[in-house]
Amino acid sequence: MTCFSGPAWAVYKREVRAYITSPVAYVFMVVFLVLTAFLTFSVSNFYENNQADLRSFFMWHPWVYLILVPAAAMRLWAEERRTGTIELLLTLPITLNQAILGKFFAAWTFLAAALALTFPIVITTCYLGAPDGGAIVGGYLGSLLLSGAYLAVGMLTSAMTRNQVISFVLSVVIGFFLLIAGWPPVTGMLAHWAPLWLVDGVAAFSFMAHFDSLQRGVLDLRDLAYFASVIVFMLFTAHVVLENRRAA
Amino acid sequence: MLEVRDLHKRFGPIHAVRGVSFKVERGEVLGFLGPNGAGKSTTMRMITGFLPPSAGTALVNGHDIVGDTLAAKREIGYLPENSPVYGEMTVLQFLRFVAEVRGFKGVARDARVEHAITQCHLEQVRLQAIETLSKGYKQRTGLAQAILHDPAVLIMDEPTDGLDPNQKQVVRAMIREMALQKVIVLSTHILEEVDAICARVIVIAHGQIVANGTPAELKARSPSGRLEDVFHTLTLGDEPVRKVG
Ligand SMILES: Nc1ncnc2c1ncn2[C@@H]1O[C@H](COP(=O)(O)OP(=O)(O)O)[C@@H](O)[C@H]1O
Ligand SMILES: [Mg+2]
Repeated sequence: MTCFSGPAWAVYKREVRAYITSPVAYVFMVVFLVLTAFLTFSVSNFYENNQADLRSFFMWHPWVYLILVPAAAMRLWAEERRTGTIELLLTLPITLNQAILGKFFAAWTFLAAALALTFPIVITTCYLGAPDGGAIVGGYLGSLLLSGAYLAVGMLTSAMTRNQVISFVLSVVIGFFLLIAGWPPVTGMLAHWAPLWLVDGVAAFSFMAHFDSLQRGVLDLRDLAYFASVIVFMLFTAHVVLENRRAA
Repeated sequence: MLEVRDLHKRFGPIHAVRGVSFKVERGEVLGFLGPNGAGKSTTMRMITGFLPPSAGTALVNGHDIVGDTLAAKREIGYLPENSPVYGEMTVLQFLRFVAEVRGFKGVARDARVEHAITQCHLEQVRLQAIETLSKGYKQRTGLAQAILHDPAVLIMDEPTDGLDPNQKQVVRAMIREMALQKVIVLSTHILEEVDAICARVIVIAHGQIVANGTPAELKARSPSGRLEDVFHTLTLGDEPVRKVG
């Protein structure tokens, strides 16, 4: 892999600016904050739980990201294809890896900023009681990694097409499978007829189990490695797609 | 110097470029002439490293575009067809971005950008979003991006396409100005353009070179001495050409 410098940094800065100067970014931020707040306070009854923890906040992130991250990621390559700027970008002295990483980290920075804006809920929880600091750190770390994994999926689907809507739909579908593979109702249904090792194997591929243990404050290297491998795998596949279908 | 060696490109069953070879020296403006679909853009996309050739290669100032892609790309300035640009950026932001990707930082970056802005007469629109510019300014922004690093080889795919006659004159004058220090390859299907700026012409049809010479040599091939007639005969092959008028 190439180091994150020079050309990759230039791409990173360009993409970050493209996010913050577009009205879509503000719509995204507002929808993200309103949606998480609504789900946490109204649906999960954050106050009535009488528990000073953020479980009812983090538990919604996989579902909110499922829709919002593909929306944030869909323009990354599809737009370059549609307008033809991909030809400009990839004839500059930049490697494909540098371009991919620059874009990926720019979008991830944007998602991290949206996540950081949820900090008032941490203050609220601390005010209400004495929450488990480890669980909060783990929850935020898990949420960040989760958004990165969804983002990498979105980057792949965006690389596959010039149509942002197609990228969005594909990415929601792939994300949905990665999500529900470990969801208790699904694993429960599977457990009726499948052997246990298969149920566990399918569940191990899912975002859910790995995100769950992180938000409980359990920092297991295997969970971190899981998210890292999903990201690397998706970006690698995006690389292969871009390498082989440049002019399409 | 630019040396193109036996380039081929296949898109599935379509054999779009079939063995194109030529050499261009510094100070020479080479016109790439051919009807739509002849393979001009595809050839240029291979020379500039956007598309990998199915076979063959190109040497850009001695750097192999297939084996040593990054080094070759550093020597090239490229204006793709329709001059794609990031519309939401201002001219200044866009040129700074390209300069940074090309490795210029700080003062050097700003000097490069200012020079390109002056050369392409973009002073009045430097702070304007590119998507709000007229076609002529847009094209010149694309050109500014291509010449910002003072490349040894400049490749332009239909640089005057879609411009009005005045804008065409401006762009042609700019190309002529740069011609002495560079290798310039430009594609066109406009015959008058060849007469106006090209020292040499390559006519390409169905992915193959069908003629290579100075505009004068090409004209001499037809009894009428008109480039149009030579072009028709060369690119239509055996199809009967009906004379109009
Ligand atoms: N990405 C692609 N996939 C399939 N066919 C292509 C692709 N790009 C170009 N072609 C085909 O290759 C031929 C040459 O196209 P092109 O190089 O764009 O011609 P020109 O620039 O001379 O008009 C055309 O028949 C075109 O349809
Ligand atoms: Mg073309």
